[in-house]
This record gives sequence, C-alpha cells and structure tokens, in this order.
Amino acid sequence: MTQTEALREYLLRLADSDMILGQRLCELCGKAPALEEEMAVMNVALDLIGQARNWYEYAAELIDDGRDADKLAFLRDAHDYRNLLLTEQPNEDYAVTMGRQFFFDVWHYFTLTSLTESSDERIAGIASKAVKEATYHLRRSSEWVKRLGDGTEESHQRMQDAVDILWRFTGELITPDDTDRVLAEAGIGPEPDQLAQDWRGMANEVLTQATLTPGAEDAWMYMGGKHGEHTEHLGFILAEMQFLQRAYPDATTW
Amino acid sequence: MPQPGDSVSRSAVDILIASDRVPANARPDLLTEDDIWALLEEVKDPEVPAVSVVELGIVRALRWDGNELSVDVTPTYSGCPATELIEELITEALRAVGFRNPKINRVLTPAWTTDWITAEGKDKLRAFGIAPPEGSSSKMSLLGEPEIIACPLCGSEDTERVSEFGSTACKALYRCKECLEPFDYFKCI
Repeated sequence: MTQTEALREYLLRLADSDMILGQRLCELCGKAPALEEEMAVMNVALDLIGQARNWYEYAAELIDDGRDADKLAFLRDAHDYRNLLLTEQPNEDYAVTMGRQFFFDVWHYFTLTSLTESSDERIAGIASKAVKEATYHLRRSSEWVKRLGDGTEESHQRMQDAVDILWRFTGELITPDDTDRVLAEAGIGPEPDQLAQDWRGMANEVLTQATLTPGAEDAWMYMGGKHGEHTEHLGFILAEMQFLQRAYPDATTW
Repeated sequence: MPQPGDSVSRSAVDILIASDRVPANARPDLLTEDDIWALLEEVKDPEVPAVSVVELGIVRALRWDGNELSVDVTPTYSGCPATELIEELITEALRAVGFRNPKINRVLTPAWTTDWITAEGKDKLRAFGIAPPEGSSSKMSLLGEPEIIACPLCGSEDTERVSEFGSTACKALYRCKECLEPFDYFKCI
C-alpha cells in the first residue's frame, strides 16, 4: 500500500465516521428526552457533519475522479463506507446514545489531538479546528456517563447495560491495520500504540468514576467497518440519508 | 434566529438591495484598506447580529492582486451553517462599492478562537444579552470545572449552566440564580 492510497483510505474513515454518527444523532431531532439535550445533540451532529465535509473535500481532491464531497457522502454504497462500526449502532436507550458518544469522543479527541501535529498541513489544519469541538463533545458525554453511572439504581443499570452492549465495537477504535501503520510511520497519522493507551486510560478513568465496569480487554471485538464490512444498520442509514440524491441526482434547488 | 425584516439584519438587507444598483462611477480603486475594514464592520453575523464579522475576528486579512480583492475568512465552527451566508454578505458588501469580482478564501489555520473577538465586540455581546467568553482559550481544561460566568443582565456571578450547548454551536445555555433569567454564553474555544 502506498502512502497516497493509505491517505485516501484514512480520510474516508475520518469523514465517514463523522458523517454516520452525525446522521445517527440527527434521528433524535424532535425526539430527544429534553429540550436542552435536543439542542446539544443537534449541535454535536452539526460539528461532526461540518468536520466530515472538511475531510471529504480533501479526500475528493486526492481521489480526483470528478466526485466532490457531496458525491462521496451521498452516492457511495455501504461496502464503500469506511466508518467505525460503533458510529452506525442504533440510538436505543439514551444511555446507549451517550455511551456510544463517549467511546467515540475519547477516540476522536486523542486522534484529532495527534493529527494537529500531522506532517500533512491540510490534515493538521482541519484537526486543529475540529479538536476544539471534540473537546467539548467529550466533556459533555463523559459528564453524562458519570451522571447516569453514578446516579440512581436504575440509571446505573441502564448505563452499565449500554457499556456492555457497546464494548464489542470499541476494539476497532484502537486496533491498527496497514493503513494506520503506513500513515503513523510517515508522521501523518497517530501512533497506534499511543492512541490505544490513551483511549484505554481515559475510558477506564471515566467508567471507574462512574462506578461502571468496563468490558474485558481481550473480549471478542467486531471489526471490519474500516474495510467496508458493516453491521446491518448502515444500509438503513444510507437508504434514508441518500434518498434525495438517489431519487433526484444532482438536485441543486430545494 | 433573526427573522426577515428584523431591524438587526437591516444593514445586511440594505447591502443586498444596494448591490442591485451599483453606481456606474464607483471607484473601488480609490478605497483605502481602512475604508474596506470600515465597510466590513457593517457586515453583521447573521446569528449574532449584535456584532460584526470584523469584531468576531472571522475576517482575517485583505489581499490584493492588482485591483482584485480577496478576503480571508475563517469559520467559527467546522459546521457553522452561517459560514456560506457570511461569505455571501461580505461579497455583496464589496460588490456594492464597486468590486466586480471579490473573492473569499476560506482558511482553517490558524483555527478561529474566541480570543480574537475584539474588546468592543465582547461589550456588544454583553449589551445584547450574551455573556462573552471568559478567559483565554489556551487555558480551557478538558475535564476541569467550568469558569464563573457573570449574568449579562444583572451582573451576578451566581449562575449555573443549563446545557453545554445553546441556540447555536458557539453558545452554551446558562441561568442566573439571582435575577432568574436564562441567558446564552458565548463559549470559549
């Protein structure tokens, strides 16, 4: 794998993960458990979709086959999507929504922090903007995990259930493949071992404060999102998200 | 969110209307750099219409290539939905004084920070009922205690955060425990 191939692949992973999680959060528009939560969740989604656009625009330049950011987002099918499996998991109980957000935010925060020092200036620029937003997201989602985990008997149980449901998708966040390694060696992407250590450190710290029990480190983990092998949920997300572009290709007036 | 016809968005509307009748004898080449900055002071943020795009620190630089003017603009947040509108308003303002083809460069680095909001801009935010960002963005701690935010209405420091996010991505929602009024806080990033 050449460095350029790895870079294209990696940019799509960043973009697709932001995009799919943003889309998932948007499902709560009008249905969040409280007005303040609605505003917060929609603002987080907005940040993520804005970041996705920045990554897609760069990816589109490198792919250079005439597709722009919109075409990459709205006209690729599930097997071409490179998002982390965690991001496509359903909202379910609000504890699951917040648990998913927390596990993602920890990964996102350390990934972006590392990318601000990327040898690729374009990546460093996008990351230095995005990391400020991700910091806020992490602050918020970790507060929720603590509040629910260390809350009532019921909130504790539901938050623990969420951790147990989601744990199987966290291994993918910190298990590197060739793409990750090639970019780390080039000083473009994060150093995988450091990322894994940082993720585990903060996830464990917050879960402990929340009186929650993390899953086992050697637990069975679902992987494949980074290579286009997805859970059944992604197809349904894309069907809704891409409907307009598929039904009215290149629609510019709406 | 300002509605069409609100007095707060009037200047933008005036500029848009004015752009339809650019005086044929407009001489943008006679405008100084200070004149352009003064003109952009009239372009307000559509979501925070109390302050101009210059006071918010999102206009970073003016560049000339011969007689062609381009403006460096940086978004506040990656997904700020006002970004395109702000760019259009700046373009229209420049067209209105005769620039035929003003360009916008969207720059991401260095990333926008609330440290760039001018002192005057912060005063205007407060007068508008939005608590301006407290402290310096470099001191923002990841999981630390939130700063003390004074109520922009009564000045009391006895306030509490209601939500980490408010009506837009750049604001958080607070409540004053003294005067009991809710208010927006322009987050420090």
